[in-house]
Amino acid sequence: MQFLADFLPAGVAMHAPALIVVIPLITAAVAALMPNGRVAWIVALVTAAAVALLSLNLLGQVAVEGVISYHMGGWAPPLGIEYRVDMLNVALLLLVGFVGLLCVFYALPSVADEIAENKQALFYSAFLVCFTGLLGVTITGDAFNVFVFLEISSISTYVLIAMGAGKDRRALTASYNYLILGTIGATFFVIGVGFLYMATGTLNMADMAEILAENGHNRVSQAAFAFIVVGLGLKAAMFPLHVWLPNAYAFAPNFVTAFLASTATKVAFYALIRFLFSVFHPDVSFVEMSFVWLFAVVGTVAMVVASLQAVFQTDARRLLAYSSVAQVGYMMLGLGMGTASGLSAGLLHLMNHALMKGALFMALGAFALNFGVRRIKDLAGMGKTMPASAMAFTIAGLSLVGVPLTVGFTSKWYLVTAALERGWWWAVAALMLSSLLALAYVARLLSAIWMDSPPTHHGELTQRRLAPWMVLVPMSILALANIYFFFHADPLVWLARSAAEAVMGGS
Amino acid sequence: MWTPELSLALALAIPAIGGVFVALLGSRPNLREAATLIAAVLLAFNVAYLVEVAQSQPTLNLATLAPGLHLVFKLEPLGAVFAAVASGLWIVNSLYSIGYMRGNNEKNQTRFYVCFCIAIAGAMGVALSGNLLTMFLFYEVLTLSTYPLVTHKGDAKAKRGGAIYLSILLGTSIGLLLPAVIATHFLAGSTDFMAGGLLALNEVTPAISSILLVLFAFGIGKAALMPVHPWLPNAMVAPTPVSALLHAVAVVKAGVFAMLKVGTYIFGPALIAITPAADALAWIAGISIVLASVVAMTKDNLKARLAFSTVSQLSYVTLGVMLGSPLAMLGGALQIVMHAWGKITLFMSAGAIYTATGKTEISQMDGLGRYMPWLFGAYTVGALSIIGLPPLGGSWPKLFLLQGAWDSGQGWLMVALIASSILNVAYLLPLSARGFFSPPEQAQLKRQPPMMVILPPVITALGVIVLFFLIGPLRDYLEPVFMSSTLAAEAAL
Repeated sequence: MQFLADFLPAGVAMHAPALIVVIPLITAAVAALMPNGRVAWIVALVTAAAVALLSLNLLGQVAVEGVISYHMGGWAPPLGIEYRVDMLNVALLLLVGFVGLLCVFYALPSVADEIAENKQALFYSAFLVCFTGLLGVTITGDAFNVFVFLEISSISTYVLIAMGAGKDRRALTASYNYLILGTIGATFFVIGVGFLYMATGTLNMADMAEILAENGHNRVSQAAFAFIVVGLGLKAAMFPLHVWLPNAYAFAPNFVTAFLASTATKVAFYALIRFLFSVFHPDVSFVEMSFVWLFAVVGTVAMVVASLQAVFQTDARRLLAYSSVAQVGYMMLGLGMGTASGLSAGLLHLMNHALMKGALFMALGAFALNFGVRRIKDLAGMGKTMPASAMAFTIAGLSLVGVPLTVGFTSKWYLVTAALERGWWWAVAALMLSSLLALAYVARLLSAIWMDSPPTHHGELTQRRLAPWMVLVPMSILALANIYFFFHADPLVWLARSAAEAVMGGS
Repeated sequence: MWTPELSLALALAIPAIGGVFVALLGSRPNLREAATLIAAVLLAFNVAYLVEVAQSQPTLNLATLAPGLHLVFKLEPLGAVFAAVASGLWIVNSLYSIGYMRGNNEKNQTRFYVCFCIAIAGAMGVALSGNLLTMFLFYEVLTLSTYPLVTHKGDAKAKRGGAIYLSILLGTSIGLLLPAVIATHFLAGSTDFMAGGLLALNEVTPAISSILLVLFAFGIGKAALMPVHPWLPNAMVAPTPVSALLHAVAVVKAGVFAMLKVGTYIFGPALIAITPAADALAWIAGISIVLASVVAMTKDNLKARLAFSTVSQLSYVTLGVMLGSPLAMLGGALQIVMHAWGKITLFMSAGAIYTATGKTEISQMDGLGRYMPWLFGAYTVGALSIIGLPPLGGSWPKLFLLQGAWDSGQGWLMVALIASSILNVAYLLPLSARGFFSPPEQAQLKRQPPMMVILPPVITALGVIVLFFLIGPLRDYLEPVFMSSTLAAEAAL
């Protein structure tokens, strides 16, 4: 850890919290000016690599020195904007940084296939803006700043999804739907923040928490709580506010789906945790009630209902999108347990789920890249025509079910243990039911890929055609990470546990 | 250098590395088959050594996943015996596989042998596992690696059978067994197999131990306790060597072995004896025994009949566990050994008849015994052993189970056991009778069956006879497990 804290020059390390947001913001503008997609891609790749390194450095700093408070422009909080890094958001920064890096690496062939040449530079620019927004939401300690970055990431996401229109015009309606709902969510959120400002007279989250603890809660702060939960819940695709997600994932460019599925909802979920635990306090009666009666219930329903919906999809990416809604349910359930072990199990699943879904969507993207397929029945014979991608898909798919030798098993182990500690037998039953449904929908995909024979062209079986290496490498890294982190669950478990303890005060 | 720990690692490594060689030698069938046979022989020697040293209970930590979660091998007599049965029969079955697969010109033979190696590695993992987590992991490896074997033919029927196979086995293990494993970890702080029973030492209430026992009994789907048995008849779409080794020995025996392990080391005989659900489960096992035998009688397809016979015979082991007396558990353990040898003989005979004549239905097999006397002789010996007649190995477990049922005050279950034996006579022996005594109806042989499919069942039939006389050493080897387990548990309760 000391090494991680020290490997960057002192000047850089000191300003790392600002740089991790500022660098992608500047390079977003740079990328827009690039002459073609390839150069813009290099800018995005270098940016993502820099962000990944900075996130590692921040992990080192937080682990060695404790919470970092960075004052933007030297203005001390609560007047100035504070960036605040603890174990919880450094875990998210690592996730966004590294998954982002892998996704960008993957992007080049996929984007070249799906986006018109003259729009590629702008596409990478929009991606970098989105990247900035997600990192900003994660790192900032200022409630209004959360709103600003949330909007930055959302608006660029609408653009990114709409870019899928080159392949399928339905991307436009998907994006428009998300725009409407996302704007409603953002409005709810900013109303909530406004109420909090009324109640406390500050926008700094730590300051808010202190004032709320001192003055106690009133109707205004309760209303703020309700608005914020709904607003962020919509962004996090919390059931039943998830309706924008399946189409958005199904019609966005493949790279965008892979990136969003493994980062965007996670960041919104993080913001929710931050408000619940760091601004409001879990001991406050209405917050405590929301755990059991809102998050646990909603999470459980999502786990079962969304999984059931996934079973009946015909489009492969929609299937995985519904599965994502169900997986957010697992995280909500973990959060809803209101215990350190429940929250850390939820966070562990958050990270593991990014590994699974990243690999799954990348593999689907590889299938689409080579054969232009997206429906489940068109995946027939991919095990023969694209064996490496099919293998990566299989590993990540089994991980989604929770088969041992994959991280999905580890997630499930900790979630069930946390449920048992809480004495929630019904939650154990729901977890298992949801796993069985996951088995059912994953089996549909896998049986098409491995058991059905490839389609014929002019009487000849489709030939084997491997995905480009730039697709294979990041996909394989993510798929193998699913196995690696089963045998070495320690780092992720440690990260999730320290993150949970960071917001729950080590209880 | 040759330590028990190394030997434990090798038990997993030999079949795994064998699988790699088989894959690499895929284009050269003779060398490929040699790789399988060499791996099988090496494994058998290695396991023979493990049987020698099992009493010292060597332990090997394979991996630490996270604090408190370990993958561990720990050898003990039950596991050593199961490993010995599986590895010993792998040699015989490999010979048989070669004859059968070549004799029937099956496709994708390399994939077949590779999956076979992985499945054996999985069975070794289950046999040697030192805690529930490790056992669960290898249990799933066994499920997944045998799926391509079940669907080997690749036609619609094979796919359907494979889908049922996979959904029941994965479904029960993830839906029921996994929560039971995690709950055990939660209640006891570990999932280690302990003499006397992990849960008995941690004082759980009868209600909780009942729930857990039910979850284990149905979660271990490979034990095929009714109503989670349909995967087994559906798995019969597989080539016969798969049915023989995996669905008479490795897979199903991994299931009942897991049940026995859970009964002995997680619950302990004493805790099972006071767990209310055990009585109900003993009855379900008794019903399984009789009902599956009745269903078997209705099947004309030989492999389907043998499959239901297996369902019935597996429940003998479950019954032994649920009775909770050391003698009944010993009977269950012996049943794993004896039934394996008997049933593999029957399956290999069925496959040999198919290779020679292409016939699968019993009603078509009139008079075939005259052409293949050795084969039908072997079949008859295997069948008599499963019925439980001395001087054949299969008689001992029946005896101990009868006595165990009486000792546990479940005298009525003796009726089920005896009824089942009578039913066994009624559905296993007609084939022998038809083969030897019915006049052949133009039963021309397609060809003389290759030596490689006749010899293996004859070898295992002789094994069945030898095992009858080996009961002394076997009992001395296994009995201390249940005796010491009972004593330790009684001390704890």
